[in-house]
Amino acid sequence: MTTTAPTTTTAKISVREVTKEFDLGKESFTALDRVSLDIADNEFVTVVGPSGCGKSTLMNILAGLEEPTDGEARVDDVVVTGPGPERGVIFQQYALFPWLTVRKNVEFGLRTAKVPKAERRERADHFIELVGLTQFADALPKMLSGGMRQRCAIARAYAVDPSILLMDEPFGALDALTRVNLQDQLQETWRQDQRTVMFITHDVDEAVYLANRVVVMAARPGRVYDVVDIDVPYPRTEEFRLSPEFADLRNRVWSSVYHQQGRTVADRDGA
Amino acid sequence: MSVSTDPSVGEPSTTATAPDRPSERTPRRRAAGPSRHRSGLINLASIALGIALWWGLAAAGLQLPTPPEVAAQAWTLAGTGQLADSVLASLGRVLSGFVLGTAAAIPVGFLMGWYAPVRSIIEPWIQFFRTIPPLAIIPLAIVLLGIGEAPKVFVIFLAAFLTCVISTFQGVVSVDRTLINAARVLGTKDPAIFARVIVPASTPFILVGMRVGLGSSWATLVAAELIAAPTGLGYLMQNAQLYYDLPTIFVGIISIGLLGLFMDRLLLLAERRLTGWEERR
Repeated sequence: MTTTAPTTTTAKISVREVTKEFDLGKESFTALDRVSLDIADNEFVTVVGPSGCGKSTLMNILAGLEEPTDGEARVDDVVVTGPGPERGVIFQQYALFPWLTVRKNVEFGLRTAKVPKAERRERADHFIELVGLTQFADALPKMLSGGMRQRCAIARAYAVDPSILLMDEPFGALDALTRVNLQDQLQETWRQDQRTVMFITHDVDEAVYLANRVVVMAARPGRVYDVVDIDVPYPRTEEFRLSPEFADLRNRVWSSVYHQQGRTVADRDGA
Repeated sequence: MSVSTDPSVGEPSTTATAPDRPSERTPRRRAAGPSRHRSGLINLASIALGIALWWGLAAAGLQLPTPPEVAAQAWTLAGTGQLADSVLASLGRVLSGFVLGTAAAIPVGFLMGWYAPVRSIIEPWIQFFRTIPPLAIIPLAIVLLGIGEAPKVFVIFLAAFLTCVISTFQGVVSVDRTLINAARVLGTKDPAIFARVIVPASTPFILVGMRVGLGSSWATLVAAELIAAPTGLGYLMQNAQLYYDLPTIFVGIISIGLLGLFMDRLLLLAERRLTGWEERR
């Protein structure tokens, strides 16, 4: 898995006309309707949308946990057919192995990759430190708070050195203050160690605060409704969060999410 | 499996995470306070009261041996070696049947949970045999396997197998799907997922199945010995019944109860050690 720079013409992640239908017995439900999306290398893209817009389905397809009914998803110009360590996934429910300590959780993917013990330990400790859990390296997940669990999950995903991070509402189950703290930490981690990130959320503030680009999806059928560029340099801080610029962008995304008419970007552009 | 829990681990003090859910303390530590001490005392008091009640009933003219009589009889039986022989014979049967039963049940349960066709083949048989009390198999077992050790061990095997196989199977099917996905996205393939996720995640279910299986093995054993056996606690009681020897029957009952309790505690201890990572309780 070499992560040499891809040619600038090809996107890191490329979703082409992806349709996903679920069979519900009598009828079928269209979770995604011909969705196309490109994400550049090292770009931070957030995806927002009402529930049922298929944002999690889109992420599962990229993760290789689900297959599209039609169309294809490519990563580094290779069609996704299953999960792979170059695509790290962070789940809303943390999905830590409860019988393993923080360190063993972070080492899990390294053991799969047959990394020698000493190196495994060293790399795990590095990422545990990066997310600020060094003190808790030998603790079991049950002793951690929700925010700490998610930081452990982030360290676990980072440890296998994925070039892409797929995050499915990672902070959705946390209280507002913890969420803001984790957003800053994630941004800091990402700035120090850049990866391509696709971050799913239903929180408009979160989407605007973190992203280079916000993708707004619409439901029934799930489709890309709008794309908003956030041309604000990193690091972003509280100053940005409280600025009129942020408010403008936030309003823009908000109305896109909550006042959707049955149109897609393609329709509006006259395609 | 090294489950080291640093006792100094408590609340985050330096980390930026504000008061999200506070970390839970291990239940064991909480239980080891004065309240545990007190409940132990209440346990003892309850036992003493029970014995006093028994003594009272015996003294009131009910046809019961008094506690000292039973204790004296136990002493005599222990002196002649009869008690130890009976206990060893019974334990030998129960342990061989139980070990064979669970050793067969765990792989079969895993196969059933992991491969749907295997489940379809095996499940109807298990459901069918589960409705038959193992004791009802004894006449058949005696006819087919003779009157030696084989039919008794077989019946216990069956009792242990049936309870343990179902809970193992339940354990495998109820493994959290996200944990499997989490392992898959880290690049882990099926055989490793089985060993590193399915097995540890279903351990609590297996241990519960083993405890229930041990209970039903023990119950089945004594009943089997009452029907046909040349040794064992069941035989000891059956024989005493012929001579109207109530104290010996009491010694038998109490030994059975104490041994069952002891074995259950042993498994409970194993369960605590192996599944200390669980959040509930």
